Amino acid sequence: MVASVSKCRVCREPAIIDLPRHNANFCAEHLLQLCRRQVEKAIADHDMLSLDDRILVAVSGGKDSLAIWDILLELGYRAEGLYIGLGIGDYSDESGGYAQRFADERGLTLRTIDLRGEYGYDVPTAAKVTKRVPCSACGMSKRHLFDEAARAGGYDVVVTGHNLDDEAAVLFGNALRWDVEYLARQLPVLPARDGFPKKVKPLVRLTEREMAAWCIVRGIDYQVEECPMAVGNKHLGYKEALNSIERQSPGSKSAFYLNFIERMAPILASHSRAAAGELVACSSCGAPTTEPDSGDAPVCGFCRLRGRVAGHDPVPVELVLHGGARTAYRAARLAAGSAASPGATADGRTAQ
Amino acid sequence: MIVRLRQPKREVTIDGPCSVNQLLDQLSMNRESFLVIRNGTLVPGDGRLDDSDQIEIRPVISGG
Repeated sequence: MVASVSKCRVCREPAIIDLPRHNANFCAEHLLQLCRRQVEKAIADHDMLSLDDRILVAVSGGKDSLAIWDILLELGYRAEGLYIGLGIGDYSDESGGYAQRFADERGLTLRTIDLRGEYGYDVPTAAKVTKRVPCSACGMSKRHLFDEAARAGGYDVVVTGHNLDDEAAVLFGNALRWDVEYLARQLPVLPARDGFPKKVKPLVRLTEREMAAWCIVRGIDYQVEECPMAVGNKHLGYKEALNSIERQSPGSKSAFYLNFIERMAPILASHSRAAAGELVACSSCGAPTTEPDSGDAPVCGFCRLRGRVAGHDPVPVELVLHGGARTAYRAARLAAGSAASPGATADGRTAQ
Repeated sequence: MIVRLRQPKREVTIDGPCSVNQLLDQLSMNRESFLVIRNGTLVPGDGRLDDSDQIEIRPVISGG
């Protein structure tokens, strides 16, 4: 068997990665070039950023947010980071560590918010008290705090690390329900509006596999383990379904999402405008929110959530996981505490 | 060869040599959802893996 016959499409040197959707292989240098060009194209096509912008990157410690921060700096943009400690046990501690080390090693500014320390709750506790899926409280908290930090810090735009797989999975879920309002709003740019900052997703032309490869080639250490609260969620199921299709028909994911943006989103634009009602200031925090029909003082979703859950004793992660997610969490904790023995099977059981 | 897996962290022993694609097929892993790292460097699908190699199969999907 030959070590590797794949050659880089650009320079014909040995390849390090095969990208079936491009029907091509790439060496490290030209993989990075491909990624940079895809980000530049996304920024240009959707008028996402200018070099004068003060950019706030939503940093999780995962591959996508660290990669886009890295790419933006390489392309000459002025970008600082914000990390939110969500209180998801060891996972949050480790994720924050990856984000901080990335910033420290490069002399970058990383702002941090500790949800429990500054707002009196964490995601597991919010999930337990509200009896809703953890991702609901997590997403609402992150959106609110990134918006607030952008307003307070005078940033022009918030950048998130949503990639092609993320967007294709959300599109798939919205299409399964034909949720026209959500479909109409699923764009790579959300313009600034009534106190909400502009938000952009420059990685929408790049897959998760390409982003992980970027980090490995660039020597970026990131949180590889999955959020324990997300294990088994619908979003992951949609991604797996799309990757099964992609395996059989390379290019399907990008065609699904990018053709939606080009061909369907303009048709749906009127639905988006219809859904955008007038906003008023939250009577508690001042953030923009919808006016209640009841005539009561307006209170934003974040303040309502905080009002319900702040002050409760912290709930351990394990207590809000069920079924396979709890089993996976326990297995991960065990693995973290002791090296698995050689001869274990692929699902972690020890071969007899 | 000893292959390091993630989510959760564990190791399996696989007989080499084999290609990256053969390894992933053997473990029923979708090539679109994983990267294979040999001795710290990415390896394409037709890359050869030997018994002496340090292999990591890294999942790339995240659900956050």
